[in-house]
Amino acid sequence: MIVPREKIVQQLRERLERLGSRVTSIVWRLGFASRFLYYLVMHSGTALRRFRLTVAEVYFAGVLSLVIILVSGLFVGMVLALQGYETLQRFGASESLGVLVALSLVRELGPVVAGLLFASRAGSAITAEIGLMKATEQLSAMEMMAVDPVARVVAPRFWGGVISMPLLAALFSAMGIFGGYLVGVQLIGVDAGAFWSQMQAAVDLRNDIMNGVIKSVVFGIAVTWIAVFEGYDAPPTAEGVSRATTRTVVTSSLAILALDFVLTALMFTGGNTK
Amino acid sequence: MQKDSIVEIEGVWFGYDAARPVLRDINLTIPRGAVVGIMGQSGCGKTTLLRIIMAAYLPTRGTAKVLGGATRDLDRDGLYAMRRKMGMLFQFGALFTDLSVYENVAFPMREHGELPEELIHDLVMLKLQAVGLRGAAQRMPTELSGGMGRRVALARSIALDPRLILYDEPFTGLDPISFGVIVRLIRELNDSLGATSIIVTHDVQEALGVVDYVYFMAAGQVIAQGTPDEIRSSSEPFVNQFVNGKLEGPVPFHYPAQDYGADLELAAS
Repeated sequence: MIVPREKIVQQLRERLERLGSRVTSIVWRLGFASRFLYYLVMHSGTALRRFRLTVAEVYFAGVLSLVIILVSGLFVGMVLALQGYETLQRFGASESLGVLVALSLVRELGPVVAGLLFASRAGSAITAEIGLMKATEQLSAMEMMAVDPVARVVAPRFWGGVISMPLLAALFSAMGIFGGYLVGVQLIGVDAGAFWSQMQAAVDLRNDIMNGVIKSVVFGIAVTWIAVFEGYDAPPTAEGVSRATTRTVVTSSLAILALDFVLTALMFTGGNTK
Repeated sequence: MQKDSIVEIEGVWFGYDAARPVLRDINLTIPRGAVVGIMGQSGCGKTTLLRIIMAAYLPTRGTAKVLGGATRDLDRDGLYAMRRKMGMLFQFGALFTDLSVYENVAFPMREHGELPEELIHDLVMLKLQAVGLRGAAQRMPTELSGGMGRRVALARSIALDPRLILYDEPFTGLDPISFGVIVRLIRELNDSLGATSIIVTHDVQEALGVVDYVYFMAAGQVIAQGTPDEIRSSSEPFVNQFVNGKLEGPVPFHYPAQDYGADLELAAS
């Protein structure tokens, strides 16, 4: 069957139009989210002046995420030790287990896994809370009381998340190292002195720990920005809030993984040029 | 702006979509100290008009003058300064669910001043006493009935002694006792605070018992106005159908549709 040329051109045009519309929509939304972030930062005076509002959100986003972060950190560290020992002993380097566990956690797994867990636990909760406040007209009520909801509701949650994330990543790494110690030293029998001293000698404050901290700060900003924006922009319906919550988790997770690649590439290049 | 009016709407047009205006050439005046009802069928544009008055939307054409100034001329600070003189009761209360009843009423006081805690306590108790809920001060909004929630929201909306109080469907979903309480409170609070109240509602019979003057809307236009007695005895067909709840009248029972027989495919057989 011969398809007329006009029909092929028409189909091609429709596909290109759909693609163009999708790209335009993504760029527009990214621009809107950027302007929202700018407005949010410029109206953070209330969140910083009345710091107890931000502290309450640190509790909500940070302290209430502690259980999942600590338990996950423990198990990730334990698995790392098991897998690492298996490989290292083949090369007679089982005493380097502490280095392997610590570097993996501090440079990579700590910020990334803590970020993913933070997006699932706190990010989704922030989106749902702000979205529901919008759907039940609580944000409109604030507007009517001459109170800016971005300054009063969104900014404290944003800064609460930004402060919480690096602390949670640090606790995740610390717990993971403890998990690695439990399995490597207590269970398998690696020498405790070698485990700790090799770790101390190999882990560098600036190249390893600070790079991990920078990653966790960047992930904290990205996740909380996505979470507050999705909540504030959610259609004020049950379905709208549900979709926004899902988008927060998906977009945050992808953003963390993409940013991790970019940051690791930048940090790795920085190390090589020394 | 007339000296004795607090809101003046002059030739206001508004539409979310330019091709389909929701409000069409609205003209109305709200006199100072009165309780005024804006009534009409669901979807006639009365809530949109309320949002024009509270400056959530700006008119596409025409002027909305509220509390002495045109809303179009207000910057952010001017808008917030105007809203500090207004109170708003939302349809379902819009209470902050993470705050207690006490903290909900105290919220505007804490946000707009450095009042000492003792004074805030006394003011909150005064407002809660006015709506009869002083004993529920420590309860959470989820522990309240619909009527109680609406009364707490009313106490919050009068926290800063507003000059203009807006009510968006205040009677929706209330039982007869709660309804009677809200009607009495609207009148008493308006008179005791020396405020002006605007009630947007489709509960016509209930609202006619509390308002001083009524604007009746249909299809984005004011089609009738007058005192409650004038509205009750209006010969305007739409008002007559609406006030008396008649099935027959200008508002058809059936939503426009194609021929019934065609839908049932009777013509084919």
